[in-house]
Amino acid sequence: MLLEQLINGLTLGSIYAIVALGFTLVFGVLGIINMAHGEIFMVGAFVGVMTTGVLGWPLWLAFIASIVVTGILGYLLERMTLRPLRGKKGVSHLAPLISTIGVSILLENLSHHIFGAGNKPFRTEFAEISIEIGSVSIYIVQIVIFVISIVLMIGLSVWLSKTKAGKALRATAENLETASILGVNTKKIITLTVIIASAMGGIAGILVGMAFNSVSPQMGLAIGLKGLAIIILGGMGNVKGAMVGGLILGLSETFLVAYGDSGYRDAIAFIMIIFILLLRPQGIFGSKIAEGR
Amino acid sequence: MLKLSNVETYYGQIQALKGIDMEVQEGKIITLLGANGAGKSTTMKTIAGLLNPKKGTVEFLGEKVTALRPDQLLRKGIALVPEGRAILSSMTVLENLEMGAYHRKDKAVKAEIEEVMQRFPILKERQSQMAGTLSGGQQQMLAIARALLSKPKLLLLDEPSMGLAPLIVADIFNIIKEINSAGTTVLLVEQNAKQALKIADYGYVMETGKIIVEGNAADLLTDPRIVEAYLGRKSTSEQELVKEGN
Ligand SMILES: Nc1ncnc2c1ncn2[C@@H]1O[C@H](COP(=O)(O)OP(=O)(O)O)[C@@H](O)[C@H]1O
Ligand SMILES: [Mg+2]
Repeated sequence: MLLEQLINGLTLGSIYAIVALGFTLVFGVLGIINMAHGEIFMVGAFVGVMTTGVLGWPLWLAFIASIVVTGILGYLLERMTLRPLRGKKGVSHLAPLISTIGVSILLENLSHHIFGAGNKPFRTEFAEISIEIGSVSIYIVQIVIFVISIVLMIGLSVWLSKTKAGKALRATAENLETASILGVNTKKIITLTVIIASAMGGIAGILVGMAFNSVSPQMGLAIGLKGLAIIILGGMGNVKGAMVGGLILGLSETFLVAYGDSGYRDAIAFIMIIFILLLRPQGIFGSKIAEGR
Repeated sequence: MLKLSNVETYYGQIQALKGIDMEVQEGKIITLLGANGAGKSTTMKTIAGLLNPKKGTVEFLGEKVTALRPDQLLRKGIALVPEGRAILSSMTVLENLEMGAYHRKDKAVKAEIEEVMQRFPILKERQSQMAGTLSGGQQQMLAIARALLSKPKLLLLDEPSMGLAPLIVADIFNIIKEINSAGTTVLLVEQNAKQALKIADYGYVMETGKIIVEGNAADLLTDPRIVEAYLGRKSTSEQELVKEGN
């Protein structure tokens, strides 16, 4: 029982971590909360439902479709709603934030319009298959989700710490001006960051769809708020913080449902925000993205 | 190799440069002097592309480079070590050096980083430490070493001696001379006018956004106007105060 809950918690937590990574990357480089991230995530989930459910594509192809669609959305978000506001005289520093809220409303209503209001099931061929290890039963879906999340997290960490582009991203996150005099085309890096963050949102969308077997136009808001709670918990713009924070939230939600009152499940994230803001406002890791390892 | 003509740069409504004319000859050390707030850093940032002038032109190697971005100018051969050093404090010393060679694709980078670390042994010793943990002098060495790894033709140094102990300042000035003898042209902004003029070939003096005096460094060292304003005992002690205030 305990072991099963632990596995459930880690599965949920690793998805949360992926969502939060998208927030934290953009925050690290641009210094803004991307309020459209939750909705991009939702679009990613719908791409998964459509490609696997309607078109009958295999799951791996659904992932690729979702990455492509959300990556393009990220590119458009940066080019059309963020870049025009950057470095302009008389533009409030809140303008890009408002801009992303606008995009989130647009995406939510658009998918409402196209897909309808209700929940859509997300079927995978192995949804019901589980394996028994002793007295513990684990669903294959959980293993798939967990493995994909971990690979993604490790991949991102390695990319940030070992590759040229990853180092340029960290340099840009620490100081845009310094990165630019070192020869980094910061415009390109910013665009790349928003694309990567959005594509991670798209992947997370499919993972959540698989985990809960349900996708709806409203799912972006709820997960977006949790993602925000996680980066406040872990430290804004901090990669390690997003990963650890996601796991903490996933585990505590799961254990609360299992051993306490499931009615409070969605409250945990916000109770955690209150405590962290009171006790350690900079978050657990509390420094910038540049330490991405 | 570098030529500024009637350059005017603004911060919003505030005009910081009021028509700067300046020339840097290849192979030389040129120094730019002036009190705090005269516009020296603004001039350097304008040359490096961090600020765009409202009027006037910047030419580099016979080519107009006025509105280029900093990363484009770096590829043309202009590297800036900004005031306050601007090291990447949450990246390691080695990563900072690697970022210096960011735009280069040649195979020699690794060997050159090794070479630079031979020259600054402290950087080798601390290579895997976060750069933010270095002392002020070590950070300055790192910032200069990092800029050199971009293989600049023109190195812009904005107050490299700021806030450093006298022994280390002497070190830094020696390094600047070495860099220049190895073939890199240097434009040096300094509060430390006497030392700067001693190693420079030519100097400009700024006041409130304008060049007020220029000439051969040797002449400026004995120019009564300069001696009184920047080299006299009174003004040096004032500068010390300013430095401690920072
Ligand atoms: N970011 C800024 N915004 C507005 N004014 C500035 C800014 N930076 C510098 N200034 C002003 O421009 C003038 C020149 O500054 P600066 O170039 O930094 O001088 P220096 O490097 O010679 O000490 C000063 O009057 C300063 O107050
Ligand atoms: Mg200055």
